Amino acid sequence: MKLTLYVWRQSGPNATGKMERYDATDISPDMSFLEMLDVVNEGLVEGGQMPIAFDHDCREGICGSCGMMINGIAHGPAKGTATCQLHMRSFEDGASVYIEPWRSRAFPVIKDLVVNRSALDRIIAAGGFISAATGGAQDANSLPVPKHDSDDAMDAAACIGCGACVAACPNGSASLFTSAKISHLGVLPQGQPERKRRATRMVLQMDAEGFGHCTLFGECQEACPKEISIDNIARMNRDFAVATISAREEKALGGVG
Amino acid sequence: MELRSKVPSGPIEKKWNKHRFEMKLVNPANKRKHTVIMVGSGLAGGAAAATLSELGYQVKCFCFQDSPRRAHSIAAQGGINAAKNYQNDGDSVYRLFYDTVKGGDYRSREANVYRLAEVSVNIIDQCVAQGVPFAREYGGLLANRSFGGAQVSRTFYARGQTGQQLLLGAYQALEKEIAKGGVTMYPRTEMLDLVIVNGRARGIVVRDMVTGKIETHLADAVILGTGGYSNVFYLSTNAKGSNTTAIWRAYKRGAAFANPCYTQIHPTCIPVSGEHQSKLTLMSESLRNDGRVWVPKRKEDCPKPPNTIPEADRDYYLERKYPSFGNLSPRDIASRGAKEVCDEGRGVGPGGRGVYLDFADAIKRVGKEKIAERYGNLFEMYERITDENPYEVPMRIYPAPHYTMGGLWVDYNLMSTIPGLHVAGEANFSDHGANRLGASALMQGLADGYFIVPMTIGDYIGANKLEAVGADHPEVLATEAAVRSRVERLLSIKGTRTVASFHRELGRTMWEYCGMARSAEGLKKALEIIPKLREEFWRDVRIPGTGVELNQSLEHAGRVADFFELAELMCIDALHREESCGGHFRVEHQTPDGEALRDDEHFAYVAAWQFAGDNTAPILNKEPLVFENVALSQRSYK
Repeated sequence: MKLTLYVWRQSGPNATGKMERYDATDISPDMSFLEMLDVVNEGLVEGGQMPIAFDHDCREGICGSCGMMINGIAHGPAKGTATCQLHMRSFEDGASVYIEPWRSRAFPVIKDLVVNRSALDRIIAAGGFISAATGGAQDANSLPVPKHDSDDAMDAAACIGCGACVAACPNGSASLFTSAKISHLGVLPQGQPERKRRATRMVLQMDAEGFGHCTLFGECQEACPKEISIDNIARMNRDFAVATISAREEKALGGVG
Repeated sequence: MELRSKVPSGPIEKKWNKHRFEMKLVNPANKRKHTVIMVGSGLAGGAAAATLSELGYQVKCFCFQDSPRRAHSIAAQGGINAAKNYQNDGDSVYRLFYDTVKGGDYRSREANVYRLAEVSVNIIDQCVAQGVPFAREYGGLLANRSFGGAQVSRTFYARGQTGQQLLLGAYQALEKEIAKGGVTMYPRTEMLDLVIVNGRARGIVVRDMVTGKIETHLADAVILGTGGYSNVFYLSTNAKGSNTTAIWRAYKRGAAFANPCYTQIHPTCIPVSGEHQSKLTLMSESLRNDGRVWVPKRKEDCPKPPNTIPEADRDYYLERKYPSFGNLSPRDIASRGAKEVCDEGRGVGPGGRGVYLDFADAIKRVGKEKIAERYGNLFEMYERITDENPYEVPMRIYPAPHYTMGGLWVDYNLMSTIPGLHVAGEANFSDHGANRLGASALMQGLADGYFIVPMTIGDYIGANKLEAVGADHPEVLATEAAVRSRVERLLSIKGTRTVASFHRELGRTMWEYCGMARSAEGLKKALEIIPKLREEFWRDVRIPGTGVELNQSLEHAGRVADFFELAELMCIDALHREESCGGHFRVEHQTPDGEALRDDEHFAYVAAWQFAGDNTAPILNKEPLVFENVALSQRSYK
């Protein structure tokens, strides 16, 4: 196969970027999209040029490192598939392919296709956990969890934190990401004590990071490589509303003695 | 070098408890005055960083990924073992201990393995408390599945993403501590050397992968949880970034490297489809519950479509050779079986390096729906990669490097031969002997991270008076200067060949001569090829760009440079170990019917290699393995 690539090149966070044209030749339909870029990069290095920088690691669709806009679609044309699992047989021989980084105010470009997604970590740090310090846990089977709750939690927990939902959203909202964690922990009995606090703090952090709001376009679930449902956003909105209405002042006195 | 394992005295089931009481403690008010460096944020690293911070230490945690949530532990599929005996099928801590020692082909340290089995039950409790969504039965209790090398069901799982869910549990605990200020996280930061002051590990030199800034971080103790080194083979199931640099730099600073030749080749991976291949994808071991492995009996049938080959012309070689375990033979045995038939010219698919894993019988027996329910996601992944529908045509699979049992030598406290340098998870050598059983890597990572190293770090800090070290200490400056000059040297070569081309060539050499079957002749040949290739690398590699920017070629080059040196040590170790055990198969040492032949009289020891200088042969130190509880016997799966 032969393809014409138009790739966003930007040498650093403050540099001006532009689309550059490259020819990808001798491409096998069995290659993954990233392997195609590897071939192009080998050629660039042999020609003394800087290779195209992109994040990638496991190449099995689970680590969430990779991700780029391919012809305007987050992770490209295959549904439920991360960029590393996309194969060249999804493209026509001779096609033009436009490759850009995730576009979002909250994801500044570091170089070429590499963006800074640390805002997502800060959303988790704001409350995306159950406070259970190592060592004090009771026997695992002393807390039965209904199977459907456990399955719902797992559906939400499958999120790989790649940021495609943000990149696909016209508002640049991280609602799918944030709501997936709120749902995962919020439907489990272990997650109840911190449920309201979690929803409030994570949503406020999402706002503070400069992500937009959700207006239910639904683009996020279309782009999600793990097909996380926007039902989670409804759950997040409800938890946030309930938490806001029933908010109680946090007391510092508890446990001091 | 003296290898003191520091295994506590007393009966095996009381050792850890006794040791926990005897270890020194650090006063809660004093803990915050101590800094601990954690390199790596996977199951071992993430869990240890979070737990140490909960205890009150100041923790600095480093990872090369853009977020700690992306460490390669995330890719583990199958499950995690624990001796809960929830199934009432006769499991116990002792049985898990026994199975692990036997599965490791009697090349691990009994006391460490027993402790691993002991804390396995706490891991499950801890993970459930954190909200890990393990699979459950309709009654709400936890479900289990069976895995290779065991006759009980003790594997806990979260669909096919157990590693992901366990890692997210540890990651969330880590983020909780980051928010509280106990952990400072350094993502996109790579450790390039270890700082040793007065014989103790006191810090690391790192490179900020975004700005290229090289700087030193100092601490009272350093822990490495940096994973395995399967990428020495170039093609493996590891993530592209997985590398040996942290443990290799520590080795060159004096930490002994134990059993480097013990590597696990996983039998069921999707075969290589061409020269462009960048990594190999694992297909879960669980598929062998229903799939039948075969190749054509005659070479000339290999190019034919599999469905046209009649039953009588197929060789179900695992069922033929191992009638009692059949397709569920352990990993090392199944892998060698595939290699053997392909070497005979009976392999299928591109290059003749593949065997069929056929579900036709299972589909006939239980129906397509049932098979889809069991393996649907794996079948989809297979189809996405190969463009073949495994419901209609048999899967093609081939073995691939997957896990490394070898690693830095550690004592019972998980401390290396450098005081203050601790090693956790796959990066150490401790628990799996010469072959790891399925679902045991996650168990070990979390055991080390949550329950063992946070305790033993306290003992180290409590028992030793550590003087303050300044950033201007001569050793600090010298180590930092060495790192800078190495980076500059790499950038100044300006040769003609890409880093990847060298890595591929090294990988091919290692796979050929130090892979599934090894011979003295082949290993000697590898030991001639590798130094030449390494010399060519240092003369002719081309790294574009500079050191003060995000430069992925430079990162890769530093890692490949270390893989070259490690590859040589692996071959030296494999050559010296004149026996076959677990994943280490020497063709000269096999039973008349082709099985691994151990030599307990001469090789029941840990080979701990000590660095003696560049271009100087490493020094072999031996830790004898004493088996007081498990009787040594020949593994048989016939």
